[in-house]
Amino acid sequence: MVKFLIRRLGLMVVILFLVSIIVFSLVHLTPGDPARMILGQEATEEALHALREKMGLNDPLYVQYLSWVSNVLQGDFGNSLKDNTPVLSVLLQKLPVTLQLTVMSFLIALLIAIPAGIISATRKGTFWDYFGTTFALSGVSIPPFFLGILLIFIFAITLGWLPPSGYVEPWVDFKKSMTLMILPALAVGVRLSAEITRMLRSSMLEVLQADYIRTAYAKGVLERGVVIGHALKNALIPVVTVSGLQLATFLGGAVITETIFAVPGLGRLVIDAILTRDFPVVQGAVLFMAIAVVVVNFLIDILYSILDPRIKLTGGQ
Amino acid sequence: MAVAAQTEPIKPQQQPPVESPKKRMVKEMFSRFFQNKLAVIGGAFTLMLIFMAIFAPLISPYDPTEQNYAKFLQSPGEENVLGTDELGRDILSRIIYGARVSMQAGIISVGIALLVGIPVGLFSGYYRGVLDEYFVMRFTDALLAFPPLVLALSLAAVLGAGLQNAMIAIGIIFTPNFIRLMRAEVLSQREREYVTAAKAAGISDVKIMFRHIFPNCLPPILVQATLSIAAAIIAEASLSYLGLGTQPPTPSWGAMLSMGQGYLGDAPWISLFPGLFIFLTVLSINLFGDGLRDALDPKLK
Repeated sequence: MVKFLIRRLGLMVVILFLVSIIVFSLVHLTPGDPARMILGQEATEEALHALREKMGLNDPLYVQYLSWVSNVLQGDFGNSLKDNTPVLSVLLQKLPVTLQLTVMSFLIALLIAIPAGIISATRKGTFWDYFGTTFALSGVSIPPFFLGILLIFIFAITLGWLPPSGYVEPWVDFKKSMTLMILPALAVGVRLSAEITRMLRSSMLEVLQADYIRTAYAKGVLERGVVIGHALKNALIPVVTVSGLQLATFLGGAVITETIFAVPGLGRLVIDAILTRDFPVVQGAVLFMAIAVVVVNFLIDILYSILDPRIKLTGGQ
Repeated sequence: MAVAAQTEPIKPQQQPPVESPKKRMVKEMFSRFFQNKLAVIGGAFTLMLIFMAIFAPLISPYDPTEQNYAKFLQSPGEENVLGTDELGRDILSRIIYGARVSMQAGIISVGIALLVGIPVGLFSGYYRGVLDEYFVMRFTDALLAFPPLVLALSLAAVLGAGLQNAMIAIGIIFTPNFIRLMRAEVLSQREREYVTAAKAAGISDVKIMFRHIFPNCLPPILVQATLSIAAAIIAEASLSYLGLGTQPPTPSWGAMLSMGQGYLGDAPWISLFPGLFIFLTVLSINLFGDGLRDALDPKLK
C-alpha cells in the first residue's frame, strides 16, 4: 500500500509538472508578443515595454517559468489585469458558486442515472431499455448550450415557473438561491446523467453475468436484493472512476452553462477573462481547474485501491 | 489410394466458390450494421447533411447573408419556412450554409488529431521505453486533466478567434485520446505472431508499424474518429456560441443560437432551429458510430 501510494504520488507530481508547463506555454510559447497580446494591437511602445518589464518578459524563458512556478507554489497566481486584485482571491470567491452547481447537478445526475441504468440493464431489450438508451444517447448528443436555452425557453419563458437567470448566495436567501440554480443544475445534470446511465448499464450487464450473481439467485435471494445488494455495488465501481474523469468535461460544461444562466462561478470567470484578454486570470483559473482534476483523480485511485485490493497489484494503472 | 486419386481427379471448377475469410468478415460486418435500424437512420441523416453542406448554394432558397429589414423576425411560414432573424435573413438558408461550417469543423479537427495521434501512438506503443512511459503517457495525462472546452477556448483566444484556429484548438484537445487508443491497440498487437514473423523476416520497424500493425488497429480508431467528429461539432458550435469560433457574417449554428438568445421570448425559432440541427446532427453521427462499433466488434455490445 505504501509503495503504491508513493508511486501514485510521484506520478501525480510528474503530471502536475507537465500541466504547469502547458499552462505556461499557453501564454509564453505562442507566436507573438504576450505583452501585445494582453494590451491589444493599439498599445503604445512605452506601455508594452513597461508591461514586459513588469512581467519579466525580458528574462530567459526558464527564468520566467521558474519564477512563475515558485510564485504559484506560494499561492501567488499573479494579479488580474482588469482591477489588479490577486487572482487567487478571485478564484476562491467564485469557487463556492461552482461548487453549489457541481453538487446540485451531480445529485440530479445520480437521481436520474441510477434508476435508468438499473432498469436498462435488468430489462435489456424491452421498451424501458430502449427508452433509457435513447434518453442517454440524446443526453450525450445535445450541446450543453442548446439544452440550457431550451430549458430557459420551456420553464422560464413559456411556463413561467422559474427565473431564467441570475444568482443569489444560498446563505442570503436559500429558497431563491435554489430556484435560480435548478435550471443550470438540470442543464449540466441531464448531460452528466446520460453519461452515467450509459456506463452503469454496460457495467451492470457485465456484473449480472458473474457467477456470484447466479449463486445469489440460486440461494433464493429476491431479484431486488440481488440487483441492489449485490450487482449495483460492484457495478458502481467503474462508474465512480469514470465520474472522476468526467470532472474535466463537467467543468467545461459548467463554463457554458454559467455563461447562459449568468451564474458568477469559475466558468463564467474563465470566459470573461478570455474575452477581455485578462491572461493572468485565464492562466490561474485553467491551472486551478486542471489541478482539481488531477487531485480528484488521485484521490479516486486511492479510494479505489482501498475498496478493491486487486487494483494495487497492477500498480493502479 | 494413389490409384483412386488418379482415377478420380478433383476438378477445381466443380468446387463451390470459396470466399476469402476477409471478404466474409466484411460481408458479415455489413449485414450486422444494416440490421441496426437506428445506425442506418443515423448514417442516412449524416449523409444527407453532407450533401446539404456540399450543395448548399443549389438548395438554399435565399442568400444566407442577405439582410431584409422589411421582413425581420418573421415567424416560420410559406415564404420563409423556418422564419427570419433579427436582420431579416432566412433561417433555413443560414442553417443549410451552417452545415458547411459544422461538417468542415468536425472532419478537419478530427483529421488533425488523427494525423498527430496515430504516428505518436504507434511509435510510443511499439518502442515503449522511458520516452513512452514518462513523456508521452504523462503528457497525455496532463492534457486530459484540462477541461477540454476550457483548453480549446484558451487556445482559440491565444491563437485568435476564427474557424481555422478553432479547428486547430479542437484538434489539439482530441489528440491525446487518439494517442492513447492507438498505443493501447499497438500494445495488444505487438506480441502477436505475425509481428514476430515480420521481424524475423527482416522487415523494417517503420514498415511493420504502418503496413502490418496499423491496419489491424483500424476498427477502434474508426469508431473513435466517428464519435469524435460528433464531439468536435459540439465543440466548434460552443466556441462559435461564445464568439471565438466562426466569425460573422458566415453563418454557423453556434453563433446563430447565441444571436437568437436575446429574442427567445419573441422569436424562439432563431435559436431553436439551429440548436435542433446541431442536436440531430450529433445524435445521428453518434448513432452511426455506435452501430459501427457493434458491427466491427460484436463482443463489445
